Amino acid sequence: MQVANGPDWTRPSIRLWRMRQAEVTAAGLIAALAAGILAGLAAGPGLGTGLAVAALVVAAVAAVFLRNRYRSWAYRERADDLLVSRGVLIRRVSVVPYGRMQFVEVTAGPVERWFRLATVQLHTAAAASDARIPGLERDEAARLRDRLATLGEAKAAGL
Amino acid sequence: MTSQQPQAEWHRLHPLSPLVQAGRLVAGLLSIFAVTIAQNPHGGNRARLPELIVAAVLAVAGVIKWLVTRWRLDGTTLRIETGLLRRDSKQLPVTRIQAVDVVRPFLARMLGLAELRIRLASSSDRADGRLAYLTEQQAATVRAMLLAAHHGLDPATPEPGERPVSRLPTGRLVAASLLWGGSGLLALGAAVAVADSQAPHLVLGLVGTLGVYAFGLAGATWRRISSAFGFTVAVSPDGIRIRRGLLGTVAETVPVRRIQAVSMSQPLLWRPFGWCRLQVDVAGHAGHEEGGHSLKKDLLPVGSRAEAVYLAQLALGHQAPATTRPPPRARIKAPLSYHFLAAGHDDQMAVAVTGRLTKTTVWIRLEKLQSVRYVQGPVQRRLGLASVHGDAAGRHTHVVFRDRDAAEAADLLGRLPSLSREARTDRDATFPP
Repeated sequence: MQVANGPDWTRPSIRLWRMRQAEVTAAGLIAALAAGILAGLAAGPGLGTGLAVAALVVAAVAAVFLRNRYRSWAYRERADDLLVSRGVLIRRVSVVPYGRMQFVEVTAGPVERWFRLATVQLHTAAAASDARIPGLERDEAARLRDRLATLGEAKAAGL
Repeated sequence: MTSQQPQAEWHRLHPLSPLVQAGRLVAGLLSIFAVTIAQNPHGGNRARLPELIVAAVLAVAGVIKWLVTRWRLDGTTLRIETGLLRRDSKQLPVTRIQAVDVVRPFLARMLGLAELRIRLASSSDRADGRLAYLTEQQAATVRAMLLAAHHGLDPATPEPGERPVSRLPTGRLVAASLLWGGSGLLALGAAVAVADSQAPHLVLGLVGTLGVYAFGLAGATWRRISSAFGFTVAVSPDGIRIRRGLLGTVAETVPVRRIQAVSMSQPLLWRPFGWCRLQVDVAGHAGHEEGGHSLKKDLLPVGSRAEAVYLAQLALGHQAPATTRPPPRARIKAPLSYHFLAAGHDDQMAVAVTGRLTKTTVWIRLEKLQSVRYVQGPVQRRLGLASVHGDAAGRHTHVVFRDRDAAEAADLLGRLPSLSREARTDRDATFPP
């Protein structure tokens, strides 16, 4: 389905991609160093270098995958519901009516705080509803949270 | 305790309540007692001291709990107070009562007692009131009084009449439960037989392990029979009344407006007999975990298709929409379940059929949809297919338009939320919250 393309769709901050890059670079370097040193001490420098290079290649492949995944995130605020689109291999689009929201959660882990980002998650009475938007800039996250809370209250519907 | 003028005064629960509350513990303690005495018949009192202390503490705690618990019905509010150190006072406004259930565990039934569960129209079940235990007569009187007060009638008004709908014959229940458990036993038996022919020296160990499974399976089968024994469904103005139970009995009301979804399952072994099982998801009960605010309840433990369809219509208040099948190329993606796949919707309701061996049909009223999801995996994308999920409250049920044509699925994703919104507005206009 050709969705998530157009002026109505908002994307997460570019800093989410920087954060993913930083994560994958750090993980790749640590893995390469650890593999290189351990294998180098145990089996000689040839195997050590090989393993370190292998770890870096894996990290590079992961970075490509993560870039596509970062690009797949998008959300759209419509008059009555919120649309969230995500996924590369498995494409998902969720529609959550504002009236069905039970609460909105804004979380920011240590790495996200470092990049001044936050994740907004909508909870409905259904466990399967998965409307989560990562990598929002703090102001945008706060704006979205307030807007969703206001709309949720205005359109609230009982079970 | 006079049941004629009970409004103004405080009541205690029945004096035997602590005994029934501790019923299982007492049984457990007695069996421990029996074991210690059997092992050490001349051990004197010292050997039994720990058990005696535990029993005494439990007995005292139970009696104290009984002493400090009292309840009162003063016209518009039911008050229940309990707790010695931390006073817990519950006020249940009768106007918000949703249902009053009568639960009678085995021990209570032997003593002629019953528990009243007063369920409020709120989303947490911690707000529910429990009166455990009253005499059966008193429970019936209080129940009638609460319901009368709820409808703003004179407390002496008798309970509104019910229209019986279906009654489950014992033979069918036993046969169906045995088939259900029997299929598991058959699989275990086959495993043993295969093992016996392949590696006879391993069989002894295998039998021990499988014996445990068989035991568990037998227990589960027995629980199914005893909990659904004498299953009766009736319709009353408050909702659908269910009575069931062999040793302990339950009389409960399912409020129709709280029903989120209805599902019907037809296991493989039941199909020759045309039997199926109908369950409803009810919101606002037993939900402590996040998103788990719903409970699956049997509406028909085992019955004919016609009965199930009739009850489903009763619970949903709407005719089921016609279904269509996914395109034939979906067979490549879902070779084992394509034979059942079907789905459809109209402007009030959605229905979907899925399953490999067990055919499962799920109905949901569109106004109960919590969210709609479009999911397309890599194989589906290659074939131009996609699935659309409509989620009901809770973690049990969702209606899945599985492996539909991608364009149709995209259309559904756009249409279902707006249909749901319209259905909700219509409903709110007819039944103001």
